[in-house]
Amino acid sequence: MANKKRNLYLQCPKFIGCLLFLILNLPTFAQDKPEMADVMRSNGKIYVVVAVCLTILIGLFVYVFALDRKIKKMEKDN
Amino acid sequence: MKKSWWKILSFVLLTYTVVGGFLMDVPRLAILNESIRNLYFHVCMWFSMMILFIISVVYSIKYLSGFDYKNDIYAKNFAKLGAFLGILGYATGAIWANYTWVADQNQSLASVLKEPKLLGAAIALLIYGAYFVLRSSFTDIDKRARISAVYNIFAFVMLFPSIWIIPRLVGSLHPGAPGSDSGNPALNFKDIDSRLRMIFYPAIIGWTLLGIWISTLKIRLELIKDKNLLNG
Repeated sequence: MANKKRNLYLQCPKFIGCLLFLILNLPTFAQDKPEMADVMRSNGKIYVVVAVCLTILIGLFVYVFALDRKIKKMEKDN
Repeated sequence: MKKSWWKILSFVLLTYTVVGGFLMDVPRLAILNESIRNLYFHVCMWFSMMILFIISVVYSIKYLSGFDYKNDIYAKNFAKLGAFLGILGYATGAIWANYTWVADQNQSLASVLKEPKLLGAAIALLIYGAYFVLRSSFTDIDKRARISAVYNIFAFVMLFPSIWIIPRLVGSLHPGAPGSDSGNPALNFKDIDSRLRMIFYPAIIGWTLLGIWISTLKIRLELIKDKNLLNG
């Protein structure tokens, strides 16, 4: 009986230690996969970035189109 | 409207680049992480630059075969926009390198400065810089057109060793160096992920068309200005 108790006493810390070791290692397992901006994607903030970039792009193209038309007019006048 | 279909195509392709480039799935890579999306912007600047330089050298050869002053104006403006895109490529590359090579890979400044692609691109851009200096140093327009057309061919030929051959022979931090045993990282089908290619190729076409568009605007403006000169 005393022997069994001693065994449990000896094994429990081992088991807890193993568990602790596993839990502590979890972040390192997660790091095996390279970190990406998954949070930004899941909360939809990425659409804000896309909207901003699209606005700039559309503005740029409107400007270049306006220039194109102006030059076309100048070509006709000449 | 008939002639401007490619301008609309450029707009559509670049809209697709921005939307797809930010929202579509990319491979998960160490060090690069989410910054692999720069492929659709930084690398496209260099591709557009090369295509514009090719167009420029074609017009220089055309000038030399017929001495039509118009071709000189074409060659100059395509080279100008090509060089501008090259500078944009350099600036974006500096930002990208700062966050991947320097911050994440702990590369020293010396190894970044030794990077052959950086040196090669700097040499190529400086050679094109000399082209513009050469142009502006002539007062006689025929002489200017002739000599700068010959120089433009030389400048284009110098692109071969400086940005295409030497960076592939020596070790480099860029993909495509001998260490990473691949040829051209952007065009090698084994090297570039199919998810990236779906946006990368349309992006190259879109950025190049935008570059051509802006340079044709400058060309047309210059042709109007020189109309009296060309007709008289």
